[in-house]
Amino acid sequence: MYSEKVMDHFTNPRNVGEIADASGVGTVGNAKCGDIMRIYLKIENGIIEDVKFKTFGCGAAIATSSMATEMVKGKSIEEAMKLTNKAVAEALDGLPPVKMHCSLLAEQALKEALEDYFKKNNLPLPEGFEKPDAEHEEIPEEA
Amino acid sequence: MERIYLDNAATTRVRPEVAEAVLPAMMETYGNASSVHSFGREAKKAMEKARAQVAAAIGAKKEEIYFTAGGSEADNWAIKGAAHALRRKGLHIITTAIEHHAVLHTCQALEKEGFEVTYLPVDEYGLVTPEQVEAAIRPDTILVSVMAANNEIGTIEPIAEIGAVCRAHKVLFHTDAVQAVGHMPLDVAAMQIDMLSLSGHKFYAPKGVGALYIRTGVRIENLIEGGAQERSRRAGTENVPAIVGMGKAIELITAEMAEENARISGLRDRLIAGILDAIPESRLNGHPTKRLPGNVNVSIRYIEGEALLLSLDMAGIAASSGSACTSGSLDPSHVLLAIGLPHEIAHGSLRLTIGRDNTQAEIDRVLEELPKIVSRLRAMSPLYDDRTL
Repeated sequence: MYSEKVMDHFTNPRNVGEIADASGVGTVGNAKCGDIMRIYLKIENGIIEDVKFKTFGCGAAIATSSMATEMVKGKSIEEAMKLTNKAVAEALDGLPPVKMHCSLLAEQALKEALEDYFKKNNLPLPEGFEKPDAEHEEIPEEA
Repeated sequence: MERIYLDNAATTRVRPEVAEAVLPAMMETYGNASSVHSFGREAKKAMEKARAQVAAAIGAKKEEIYFTAGGSEADNWAIKGAAHALRRKGLHIITTAIEHHAVLHTCQALEKEGFEVTYLPVDEYGLVTPEQVEAAIRPDTILVSVMAANNEIGTIEPIAEIGAVCRAHKVLFHTDAVQAVGHMPLDVAAMQIDMLSLSGHKFYAPKGVGALYIRTGVRIENLIEGGAQERSRRAGTENVPAIVGMGKAIELITAEMAEENARISGLRDRLIAGILDAIPESRLNGHPTKRLPGNVNVSIRYIEGEALLLSLDMAGIAASSGSACTSGSLDPSHVLLAIGLPHEIAHGSLRLTIGRDNTQAEIDRVLEELPKIVSRLRAMSPLYDDRTL
């Protein structure tokens, strides 16, 4: 049911861990639904110098966390802001329809962490900064 | 890597003696059991032998066994058939919150037709009591359906006592015994069971065959119309090879039951004790002793079931889980919620079901692999960091 890339990122997840003096931390999801993601960012001069994550969730949740952190590492805030759940899913060679909400969680967690960074540094939210709806998406029927 | 199959409650491997019995039923006695000619008579004879084997295993009479395409069909037929036959007497049905979906969804379908269903709650072990059943019976109650043993947590229900209550109140009693047949002693006469569903592939017979026992004198409506097979109560050419296999399988497992159950429950208890000992904050789900011999169901906090299954699979170990991610919905198993587990703990459930091919060496390998996997996933889990010790 999962692509080889998903299994690779599940088996050998990149960037697992925490950052003690993180510039921003974002936690989304809830244990009731079976998935929680937490992303830590280390930002210097507008660049994401380091990123780590911790995830409680299924194989897809762990793989999307891993991929999302890979995709923003070394990127500017502006580039990271543009990350979409669709791009994360595509980078993993797709996800089963019931698992698309996992990729949305990864996008949410990243944006929560960015927002936390802006707030901690008394920065205004940049123009065009949008967080996806924090609610879980409906699961498609064909599951 | 040698793989380890610990999902015997999902399905079992057909045993060699059964496969050997099925083959001639495909290659030689291949006639239609309804045909007049010798090919048909041979098929019929093989099928009737299987009917006697199934009947003997559950204490029924041969003519009380009706072959179906599996356990789900038997459940659907028993419940819909009884409800439709008795709707003039009443519209009330009693069942439990932890039934298999073949029972629950059938009851829900009947609710849409105007029937009223009481779903009895269970205690922390998944047990329902005969007193609960008795208290729920009303003048318009037409059917009680309580499973013999639960497929997820392995809890064995007090079927004989519930049978006695139903008989005293003259209410039909059906039991979904799909997980129980072949794995615990059952006697439909002594237990006062009016209808019982069973499925071959849960006891080393092929998939796609099951049976409904209907006590003599119990009238229910047909589910499948179209022919005179099964004494005009279940149409469709009988799946003679699978039926022959089921007959052989039930005869073998019944003869070996005492010895095999002792061995398998020994492995079960070793696995349960090993997991609870090696993994902090793990718990057993289901009853500690009123339990199917092969069932292990544990919840492991701070991790999610599907991630656990994938990791076990990569280590060559096949298991199952009641997490939402394996059920295709956002809710974890209805059984785990019914025994009172919070969602987050239900998501971290793991079911390992032991069968006749499993060995102690395999159980010990699981006990070696599982704690490593749990440590790895917990190290990744924000819940594990945030836990209050």
